[in-house]
Amino acid sequence: MAKSIDVSDLNIYYGDFLAVEGVSMTIKAKSVTAFIGPSGCGKSTMLRSLNRMHEVIPGARVEGKVMVDGQSLYGPEVDPVAVRRSIGMVFQRPNPFPTLSIYDNVLAGSRLNSRKLSKSDADGIVERSLKGANLWNEVKDRLGKPGQGLSGGQQQRLCIARAIAVEPEVLLMDEPCSALDPISTSAIEDLIHELKERYTIVIVTHNMQQAARVSDETGFFNLKAAGQPGHLVEFNPTKKMFSNPDEPSTEAYISGRFG
Amino acid sequence: MTSPSTGTLSPPEAERNDKPLSRRGDRVFAGLARAAGITIMVALAAVFVFLFAEGRSGLSAAEATYRPASDFLRYIGPLVVSTILAACIALLVAVPFAVAIALFISHYAPRSIATPVAYVIDLLAAVPSVVFGLWGGRYLAQFLQPAHVWLSEHLGFLPFFGSPPSPNGRSLFTAGIVLAIMILPIVTAISREVFAQTPRLHEEAALALGATRWEMIRYAVFPYARSGMVSGVMLGLGRALGETMAVAMVLATSPAVTLNIIGTAAPATIASNIALNYKEATPSRQSLLIATGLVLFAVTFLINFVARWVVGRNERKQARA
Repeated sequence: MAKSIDVSDLNIYYGDFLAVEGVSMTIKAKSVTAFIGPSGCGKSTMLRSLNRMHEVIPGARVEGKVMVDGQSLYGPEVDPVAVRRSIGMVFQRPNPFPTLSIYDNVLAGSRLNSRKLSKSDADGIVERSLKGANLWNEVKDRLGKPGQGLSGGQQQRLCIARAIAVEPEVLLMDEPCSALDPISTSAIEDLIHELKERYTIVIVTHNMQQAARVSDETGFFNLKAAGQPGHLVEFNPTKKMFSNPDEPSTEAYISGRFG
Repeated sequence: MTSPSTGTLSPPEAERNDKPLSRRGDRVFAGLARAAGITIMVALAAVFVFLFAEGRSGLSAAEATYRPASDFLRYIGPLVVSTILAACIALLVAVPFAVAIALFISHYAPRSIATPVAYVIDLLAAVPSVVFGLWGGRYLAQFLQPAHVWLSEHLGFLPFFGSPPSPNGRSLFTAGIVLAIMILPIVTAISREVFAQTPRLHEEAALALGATRWEMIRYAVFPYARSGMVSGVMLGLGRALGETMAVAMVLATSPAVTLNIIGTAAPATIASNIALNYKEATPSRQSLLIATGLVLFAVTFLINFVARWVVGRNERKQARA
């Protein structure tokens, strides 16, 4: 079920390099939270620290607290694999498993979680997830075909279907539309609107209009100077961010005067 | 046409030329690459022509030439069986090892350990086969002798593990193990390279779904690396089929046909048989040995083609599905 996330005083390091410094925010359940900011300011790193995907890079570590509905994400007994099973992620470029069919791609996560799935359960999960990702009508007649045969936008929706097939508590999206054309982008944005009824969604985007269109709350990240760690400049409801931000640098970024 | 190597944009008259504009450097390099490609084909064809021309008379010579067998098929049969058995043992032992080592280097070990391990494995490839032969025949055979006894006692019901087990360990089994060590570096090196090239995106796709590292390897690394691994295994197989000295020095030979890989003696492999007998051979016997070389050539080709075809068919099936 959808959960809220509390981040307090989070520092993220790659080895000795401090990438993101002192982030505190509250991400509400069943809402869309957008992270915006210039390249290299730590938005993606921040996003990845929410399901411990940054740990894929050797030497990456965090200080501070991330609590998901009161449960620490970084407690000593917490298994990062278990974290990722409940906090799903969609990437910048669509990445369906190249050798698996559409059907098996959707089921990949479920098969990892529980080995035994009856045929009818599996069919149910595939249909529900693909419908949830607005892809069912386009692919229902070719579920056995490889996922890579789909268009980029369809592949990305397949990846979303794969992520929601395991009923995650939170869905993280790292620039999910940056490799897509405007029509596919619009399909994904519509989908995000529907998904927030059931999931907590955090999305990183470079597209300001997209942040304004899809999100309820927005966090603006920036670097103090080149070589300095990224930090959270402002975190506010999206409406306020785009009309009357607290910080002058937020306004400068949003209105396109820098970044 | 003015010289394209001046580096300026082509003058208008060049555009009227029907041929696409090409630079001298491009043409030279394309020519060199093409020449290299053709040379290797010519060399291969020349080997085949040599084997065929010199070995043809060995295919149907006087009966005495084939002693102790009576005709060519009976002569070559045991050798082919031994060759393939030894290569199979080598692959069965080496491939799981090689894949595990390659995964360790590419995905498990920290860099400070992975680099030296990779380096040592590469060094293994530089050890001459004579050295492996010496070591295999003098030391490893004795070391493995108890294993022969064990296999004969516990798996004796299989035709491969008949009794009595070899008393000195100089069997096809030991030869296969030596071959396994010899092909390990090439299979490891190629697997390691293709594993390391798995797109990060695919690895992250699996990890983000909550895959453990092993599950990630199964979902993302193996499917991506499969055809490269097959190439590595094929190269290893080629070496195992053709290896001469190590087998000649390890294996105690006898002409009797047998599937028993742990017995006192087994037929030599094709390559080691040539090495052992060529010098003292009469001219007719020499053509016979060259003819066996032709058979080895054909067997190697055949196995490679079949393996490629099987893998290619699987991939085509997947693309169509």
